[in-house]
Amino acid sequence: MTSESNAGVDRWRKFKNAFMISLSLFSAVLVIAPLFIIFGYTLSRGIGSVNVDFFIHMPKPVGESGGGMANAIVGSLIMIGVGSLIGLPIGIIAGIYLAEFGKNPFGAAVRFMSDVLSGIPSIVVGVVAYVIVVLPMKHFSGFAGSVALAILMIPTVTRTTEEMILLVPHSLREASLALGVPSWKTTIRVILPVATKGITTGILLGIARAAGETAPLLFTALGNRFWSTSLNQPMASLTVFIYDYAKAPFDDWNRQAWAAAFVLICIVFLVNILFRLVTRSRYGIGNT
Amino acid sequence: MQTNIPQTTAEGRQQQTGGRDQKSEPPVVVSTQNGTARSTNVGDVVFKNLTLLFAAGVFSLVFVMAYFMYKGSSLSIAKFGWSFLWTSVWDPVKGDFGALPYIFGTIVSSIVALAIALPLSVGVAMFLSELSPRWLETPVSFMVELLAAIPSIVYGLWGMFVLVPFVRTYVGPFLSKHAGFIPLFTGAPYGFGMLTAGIILAIMILPIITSISRDVMIAIPNSQREGALALGATKWETTKIVLSNAKSGIAGATMLGLGRALGETMAVTLVIGNSSKISFHLLDPGYSMASVIANEFSEATTDLYLSALIEIGLLLFAVTIILNAVARLIVWSVTKRFSQ
Repeated sequence: MTSESNAGVDRWRKFKNAFMISLSLFSAVLVIAPLFIIFGYTLSRGIGSVNVDFFIHMPKPVGESGGGMANAIVGSLIMIGVGSLIGLPIGIIAGIYLAEFGKNPFGAAVRFMSDVLSGIPSIVVGVVAYVIVVLPMKHFSGFAGSVALAILMIPTVTRTTEEMILLVPHSLREASLALGVPSWKTTIRVILPVATKGITTGILLGIARAAGETAPLLFTALGNRFWSTSLNQPMASLTVFIYDYAKAPFDDWNRQAWAAAFVLICIVFLVNILFRLVTRSRYGIGNT
Repeated sequence: MQTNIPQTTAEGRQQQTGGRDQKSEPPVVVSTQNGTARSTNVGDVVFKNLTLLFAAGVFSLVFVMAYFMYKGSSLSIAKFGWSFLWTSVWDPVKGDFGALPYIFGTIVSSIVALAIALPLSVGVAMFLSELSPRWLETPVSFMVELLAAIPSIVYGLWGMFVLVPFVRTYVGPFLSKHAGFIPLFTGAPYGFGMLTAGIILAIMILPIITSISRDVMIAIPNSQREGALALGATKWETTKIVLSNAKSGIAGATMLGLGRALGETMAVTLVIGNSSKISFHLLDPGYSMASVIANEFSEATTDLYLSALIEIGLLLFAVTIILNAVARLIVWSVTKRFSQ
């Protein structure tokens, strides 16, 4: 860096500065743009087909137009529900361990593995669920789909639970311990109730993510055009329906794929906004 | 060395127990900060070990997955060995399998995705951490997060109905006309192909590269910026110094993005064209590892066929695990170094 700067060099540096700043601004615009383009397009194609029929009717046979996705909606709900029953307790309790006792090498290792787990492609999780559940049972089933979704939820739930518990002010814990309450009771009766709001939305985030998954269901739950609520049978899901209907050469099916996509994107966005609002308000003691 | 350490700890223990005995009160939890208090309360012991069990479960999940996938693919591994990686025959009827076309397609589409996403992500991360005013920072990072939340199948649907026709009518002809002398930028005019897959993947991996790069850049201490500004550096020159400090963190973020791109299934399956011919033209259709699993898994009739598909899954698993592990370590060490 020279101290005597001549005007030309200065002008060049200023130009370069302005150029790079506008380039960075431009890239921000370019990156945000797909969000609006994709949401806008899904909205315009999908909203017209989201009506009562969509939610309460069964799919019509090939060639007939109309019909809805009632079985797929119920199938998705069942698999997400059962998946949550398996995945949430594991994730939440592991998260409690990390927050309460995790300041040691083992805690760091669990954290690390959980992060690595969240980077595994969802299709691979589907393959694992296939080997663990479908192969021994010898047929596709809603239960296999639930197992896959459960595995996918665990890392998100574990890490959010940990973060939410760590947000609880220390003064609460100290007050409880000072009254002679044992440590475990303090965690369950004092810390967890305060963190519940955050943990719940974090869980919703994990569930929303699982609800949008298609790949792990393709060859575990497979899909089903008929009404089935049995976990032992192949089960329909909203996302696999979108996939099948997107590839189909029928306009009416494509239309319904867009409707389902619109419903899905709305759920995911709402949960994300909710999560943002809750975590932003933090945990003032006055709030609870 | 070894004789000294036990002595001192034994002394310490004696002192502590001595102190406790004198008080002769029910054991009181000493430390509250990290919860590693020493307590003899039965509830505490049960509670700690119960949660420990679940944490151990999460820890071992990766190994359990690896074991089952290895078991599931043993047939194919035994029959083809390493040649599975570089043969390109895929013949379910004769029972001959090689994964090369899928590995090739996965790598090419991911490289295209990185080439598009990396500069943009660094640009946005730069904007968020260095240039943007406070009030703009939160909404922009939130919108980037929302982009990551869109389900893969919706990306696929949009890619198939919007991006594919767009590439077919505009991008493809444009590239062939102006860059057609480079063989890379030519190919079939379908719109379905590795370039389209790369573009959609780029949109999908932008959020993760952006948010981690931003985190790393924010972790760079302000003294660096202040030093540069005090020497009369412009905003961009200052940012350049921050960037060079954040280099390895950005590399880690890129690896995480690459991990996402390699394993992305639905969006790629719908736009890549699903052709197992190896082609060095980006506009030609290709195939990816995840797509072949998605397309053929539920129709695999023989055990060997199934085993070969599971082996592709195992490959994907191994590569993404390694990428993620290395990337997390890099990002972690960079942010840790600067936060001290």
